[in-house]
Amino acid sequence: MTAIDTETTPVRTAPDFGPATHLTCRECGAQYELGAAYACVECFGPLEVAYTFTGVTRASIEAGPESIWRYSGLLPVAAYAKDEPNLAPGRTKLVRADNLAATLGMTAPLWVKDDSGNPTHSFKDRVVAVAQSAARRLGLSTIACASTGNLANAVAAAAARAGQGSVVVIPSNLEAGKTITTATYGGTLLAVKGNYDDVNRLCGELIGNPLTESWGFVNVNLRPYYAEGSKTMGYEIAEQLGWRTPEQVVIPVASGSLLTKVDKAWRELTSLGLIEAADYRVFGAQATGCSPVSQAYAEGQEVVRPVKPDTIAKSLAIGNPADGPYALDVVRRTGGAIADVTDTEIVAAIRLLAEQEGIFAETAGGVTLATFQKLLATGGADRNAETVLLNTGDGLKTLDAVADVVGPTATINPSVDEVSQALQ
Amino acid sequence: MAVTVRIPTILRTYTNNEAEVSLPDAGETLQSALTALEAAAPGIGARILDDKGALRRFVNVYVDDEDVRFTNGLETPLTQTSAIAVIPAVAGG
Repeated sequence: MTAIDTETTPVRTAPDFGPATHLTCRECGAQYELGAAYACVECFGPLEVAYTFTGVTRASIEAGPESIWRYSGLLPVAAYAKDEPNLAPGRTKLVRADNLAATLGMTAPLWVKDDSGNPTHSFKDRVVAVAQSAARRLGLSTIACASTGNLANAVAAAAARAGQGSVVVIPSNLEAGKTITTATYGGTLLAVKGNYDDVNRLCGELIGNPLTESWGFVNVNLRPYYAEGSKTMGYEIAEQLGWRTPEQVVIPVASGSLLTKVDKAWRELTSLGLIEAADYRVFGAQATGCSPVSQAYAEGQEVVRPVKPDTIAKSLAIGNPADGPYALDVVRRTGGAIADVTDTEIVAAIRLLAEQEGIFAETAGGVTLATFQKLLATGGADRNAETVLLNTGDGLKTLDAVADVVGPTATINPSVDEVSQALQ
Repeated sequence: MAVTVRIPTILRTYTNNEAEVSLPDAGETLQSALTALEAAAPGIGARILDDKGALRRFVNVYVDDEDVRFTNGLETPLTQTSAIAVIPAVAGG
């Protein structure tokens, strides 16, 4: 990694990362050339992609492919990234949830951005597609990740589609639905005896080891690019609403990255004149069993104290969320809030969303809806404001969460009489 | 105490590219070990600690595999066989 002397060194854009110009430290502002780097040499702060956007219009986006690549001009990717082998994620449904809105007593429209419709059934396909493109530009032949499960699926599948090697590192106690699916896509799958934070730490230590010289860890040394993929959730919501933002959005918080990137997307669209400037409130949702950002919010803190996760919402079980402080900034700036809900409330919300709208969310989606219910009850969120809930994954991957509380109405013999009895 | 410190890639410019530094006399706590580390690799201390002497926000330090934010922070005690690891914070999912 090379720091840029901006006085004397022109910022270089080769290899081709499209509109991206350099990396910048979110903490101290130090600048670096585009490369496989994620932490500032000066202060350890996270690095973020900086851009010069040109020629992006509503028309140019609308003429693009039915995938995240229609937003290529706003991402750190070459214009031809869409033509390289990838899962072409995105353009998932924005479902108008009128039944649920009525049940919640809302007077304004309620929407569910249902990212279970992605190729491996979670929003992680978006971030992996951008990171996979970055790996190509940087000559990294294997893509790797530390994962709570959804990312594991996305990396293994994307590598399979591209004929690349993959190394996926997960905690050994993940849901079977995530472990089995990842293993089926192939590649190397390492189950670590420990929690996600242990896995993350291991991957951090592997960076720089000769073993991993040709690896791009999508969420470690490719993280600046990877994280930008989450912006496409925000772009899509705005486009699907007719080029505008909703008044409220509720986003599950694990590392906090998705929440900050949806906000970034809307700020970019506004500054480029693609949407009109409008106020919106960003709400964060956590499981009580892993709620470091919610706790920091409640205590008025700017720093997030790590916790040891203990929740059924394993995809959100990051006890040491690196983007937590930035998520707090966004929520406070927009007049939103962060709250947390119990495992029992999560299960109830999964069932409510399924029963009301036919959307079977994974535990993270349950966290989002349950938190919105809680915020409505406490007055933190507004029943009279148009709201988008983000469902980031598919309930089929977390069947254990509801297996004990749902089942057949009756188990009967193939007899009309028994059907009649069961219906009484 | 004699301890070892694992150094992340971005700090190896201070350690002649060594991934691990041995400190034969690291004292009794993480704080004293970091002082000894600074003596062994001048300049590295300011990368791990901020101007007020606290751990930087985006650095994770482990003593014997335990994040020191769960123990006593810089006052975390060392043993004769302690291993310290310094790792940049990254998020994921």
